Amino acid sequence: FFSLLLTSIMAGIGAGYDLYPTTFSPEGRLFQIEYAGKAADASGTAIGVRTVDGVVLGVEKLIRSKMLVKGSEKRIFTVAPHAGMALTGLLADGRQIVNSCRDEAQQYKRFYGQAIPGKMLNQRISSYIQYFTLHDSVRPFGSSVILASYDKSGPGLYMIEPSGVSYGYRAVAIGQEKQVAKTELENLDFTTITSREAVMEIAKIIYKIHDDVKDKEFELELSWVCAESNGKHEHIPEDLLAEANKVGKQNLEADQFGSDEEMEI
Amino acid sequence: RRASSAVSSMQGGPDASGGPHTGTTIVAVAYDGGVVLGADSRVSTGAYVSNRASNKITNLCDNVFLCRSGSAAHTEAISDYVRFYTSQHVSETQQQPSVKSVASILYQMSYSNKGLMAAMIVAGYDPASGGKVFGSPIGGTLVEMPWAIEGSGSTYIWSYFDDEYKEGLSREETEELVLRGIAHAMARDGSSGGLIRLVTVDKDGATKRTVQGKDVPLILGDMPEPGTNAATVVW
Repeated sequence: FFSLLLTSIMAGIGAGYDLYPTTFSPEGRLFQIEYAGKAADASGTAIGVRTVDGVVLGVEKLIRSKMLVKGSEKRIFTVAPHAGMALTGLLADGRQIVNSCRDEAQQYKRFYGQAIPGKMLNQRISSYIQYFTLHDSVRPFGSSVILASYDKSGPGLYMIEPSGVSYGYRAVAIGQEKQVAKTELENLDFTTITSREAVMEIAKIIYKIHDDVKDKEFELELSWVCAESNGKHEHIPEDLLAEANKVGKQNLEADQFGSDEEMEI
Repeated sequence: RRASSAVSSMQGGPDASGGPHTGTTIVAVAYDGGVVLGADSRVSTGAYVSNRASNKITNLCDNVFLCRSGSAAHTEAISDYVRFYTSQHVSETQQQPSVKSVASILYQMSYSNKGLMAAMIVAGYDPASGGKVFGSPIGGTLVEMPWAIEGSGSTYIWSYFDDEYKEGLSREETEELVLRGIAHAMARDGSSGGLIRLVTVDKDGATKRTVQGKDVPLILGDMPEPGTNAATVVW
């Protein structure tokens, strides 16, 4: 035990209170959950935008190897006909969340004969994720998720972090460049933006925030659940994806050439 | 095969055929903007009417009601459970449930407990789908229909509803339809009788009405008009 204590003292911040999720620090913090949050942000950025007629999800999928088959690594999943989920962080953890989300949606449909409202699904998933922060025998999920839904009360966008805390949003970003993405998202007009427009805006933001130096290439994954998709969650059509990529690239080039005076063309 | 006849129930007396005999007439009809539920009030144990003014229409939540026929014990137990699960659902969702949700909860209970003798009708109103009627006969089927009838008295009024029901009836016309239908059943079925209870559910909530004595429509058929002697009144 003494050697463990020494290690964490050398590590600094936790100073012995960060070994188990079941230990509070003297200031009332649960360090393991905060560290889980850090793990959740250690992957490509995911963005969600709630529009006037639906919700759009976009993910910056960092390509780790040139030998990866295009499209084999999915970061956006359909959890119910009318709901989808985007993941960041430890993807294996995230996929467990997706599975339990699917179960919840199924059970609700079976018992109440109706599609689960987004708000309810969010509550159930948050409770599920929070459960793993209370026990010595399990660890918190190292993954944050964005939940998109479309039900009788309209579009819904929620984000749940490893602590189990969740809120409803008009736009949200998680992952390594979330701060920059959030700043960009604040420029959007949520009272008028349509799903098609949001697809383009998300593409532009992801191209903009992608760090060429640190990470080599990325693949853009986009999905929506909106009036145009008849309330079903699905990946956006191929032609729209191609256009989104084009718009993203063009916008990036325009930015580079347009704004900075010191840049030499 | 039959539950002890000493137990008060809504069943008719021991039946020569040995099959289930649910001594009641219950009806529910949807109209544009709501539903009308109706039931007789007779509970019999053999030839003895143990309760001549019972209430067979139970409230499951503010906007959904249940008509019960079959074993009184079984249907009361089921309705208690459904009311419990429904109120939990309301608590979680923070809104009025849809009629379909409540009917689905009832279906879970009915279908999973095949030994029960319960033939029920769930009916109510929710803003998204309007007035809805779900039949839940013995065995636990759940089927949505524009109108539903159950109980021993219902056998005598299938043709009546086949003929008289139409889409587009008003609230008053639907109430009249239900009232007369139950009166017809009460006239022919020994296990149905007493008063007629009606509940109408629409966007403003539920309105209850009790029709008794001389207000129950008199189904004379080919009988002569009764004189002033009260003994000839059929009710």
